[in-house]
Amino acid sequence: MAERVAGVPVDLTRSTAAATAAALASGHVSAVEVTEAHLDRISAVEGAVHAFLHVAADRALAAARRVDARRAAGDALGPLAGVPIAVKDVLVTEGMPTTCGSRILEGWIPPYDATVVHRLREAGLVVLGKTNMDEFAMGSSTEHSAYGPTRNPWDLERVPGGSGGGSAAAVAAYEAPLAVGTDTGGSIRQPAAVTGTVGAKPTYGGVSRYGLVALASSLDQAGPCGRTVADAALLHAVIAGHDPLDSTSIDAPVPPVVAAAARGCEGDLAGLRVGVVRELSGEGYQPGVEQRFTEAVALLTELGASVTEVSCPHFEYGLAAYYLILPSECSSNLARFDGMRYGLRVGDDEVNGAEEVMARTREAGFGEEVIRRIILGTYALSAGYYEAYYGQAQKVRTLIARDFAAAFRTVDVLVSPSTPVTAFPLGERVDDPLAMYLNDLCTIPSNLDGGPALSVPVGLAPESGLPVGLQIMAPAMADDRCYLVGAAVEAALDDRRGHPILADAPALPVA
Amino acid sequence: MPSQTGPSQGGPSRTRPTLSRAEVAHLARLARITLTDAELDRLVPQLDVILAAVARVGEVAAADIPPTSHALPLTNVLRPDVVRPSLPAAAALGGAPAVEDGRFRVPRILDDAEAADG
Repeated sequence: MAERVAGVPVDLTRSTAAATAAALASGHVSAVEVTEAHLDRISAVEGAVHAFLHVAADRALAAARRVDARRAAGDALGPLAGVPIAVKDVLVTEGMPTTCGSRILEGWIPPYDATVVHRLREAGLVVLGKTNMDEFAMGSSTEHSAYGPTRNPWDLERVPGGSGGGSAAAVAAYEAPLAVGTDTGGSIRQPAAVTGTVGAKPTYGGVSRYGLVALASSLDQAGPCGRTVADAALLHAVIAGHDPLDSTSIDAPVPPVVAAAARGCEGDLAGLRVGVVRELSGEGYQPGVEQRFTEAVALLTELGASVTEVSCPHFEYGLAAYYLILPSECSSNLARFDGMRYGLRVGDDEVNGAEEVMARTREAGFGEEVIRRIILGTYALSAGYYEAYYGQAQKVRTLIARDFAAAFRTVDVLVSPSTPVTAFPLGERVDDPLAMYLNDLCTIPSNLDGGPALSVPVGLAPESGLPVGLQIMAPAMADDRCYLVGAAVEAALDDRRGHPILADAPALPVA
Repeated sequence: MPSQTGPSQGGPSRTRPTLSRAEVAHLARLARITLTDAELDRLVPQLDVILAAVARVGEVAAADIPPTSHALPLTNVLRPDVVRPSLPAAAALGGAPAVEDGRFRVPRILDDAEAADG
């Protein structure tokens, strides 16, 4: 444990967001001090980790000074005012570069803030910068970033998951206590699982997509990353809620996630019905992942929950359906990158026509995985193939949603491992797209259904010494159940271990 | 994991879906992406493997199942019909590759023959 003075850790970067917020509120530290500590940490470890694509040091310090001034003036501030945060580079930020990990947007400065970013700023959070990601969020390792991979703080030769590997790694490496990610097929939960952090995909429509550069509009959802379930809940509460600028935003009260996390920490799950998804285990799952998952399920019973096995027979087709629906939607969404209104333009020599310029721009600006998915989606949507591929995938989506609905008639939450394996070595799967896609096996069903899901660390796999995540899935707008169960598991395991799981990560080399 | 079973309805009648080099080149043209021969060499076998795997959706008997395009029941959302501030033109044009007279400058969209006809 970090040394403490007056209840505040000496190293401000080791503190949870909740503890930092309390220290800020009581005046033990200033937002400028907290921000400076994180900027120093970023300088020290970024060379090794590469979690950020852009660090906005001056702007972060200016934001921190404003929070300190408002606090000194006695203004009413939000619960996370002055707490630093990192934002995935797929959310547009006014006056701050946004690349989506792609060459096609290199140097682009958006003219407006995404609603999520606007809410962060309004709540007084200090945006440290933009985090690395697979290009346009297509990938499960962050190796498809055009700006080089992010490394896993647990083992710098391994991937941090993806697509939001930068956000997860920044949190795991103590570069930021909180981060925003986006999750289309697991891009928050999967990186959380392999970096020993917490990540939640809110109910689809629970968090505004305005200003989130679209990958697959029917699946994309922004959500919180943090080192504890309670911290993730605090961030969830800041960014969630109806937004008139997003026509798919749900106009209903935000689920009581902060209260649920607090209740979970008390460790009583009596009366809760938990279903273990039979189809998300077995062949292809690493033994250490299954071992830690089985122990976590036993722990749920010890905490008072009743556990049963549940069958979701169509989940095994989730991956196939997802990799038709996603490319179809992305081939349409990414048509906007045409070299006309923003971003890269290649081949405009006054002779070439618009179509030629467009085709050269997209070849130069898009990476391999993006091109693969656009072509696959173009195929799946083309005349003569539409019914067999996109149409059939949409029907499988219905059946997966029905599996969830049937399961939630008998249980309150479903659980599975968050990922089939722990973090794999850089380069291992980058030339094998199908092997890469398998990392999303457990996380995809909730995206197709729209319900919320959260990943919480449940220990290290003995064979690799790397973190394993437990996934908790709930019905739409019951996000609080994910936080309740996640916090209970986290509290019990932290208590047994005597320290948070990230304290077991090796120290990073510092510059 | 590639399946040997093709989709159950519509589409290709072959037992295993395949994507030829010519088809990939055609799709790339439709998607407005220039591909070199070397890029096609890499992409064609990869796409073929992916397609065979995702074709597994065809194994599910779903003829009478309605498709789901979205997780939410979508309804049309309208806002009050009042004038609101919008991005200033300079900000909207700020990220453009080329600007002329306060507008986006784009390459010609007609070829010479079409332009002459017009």
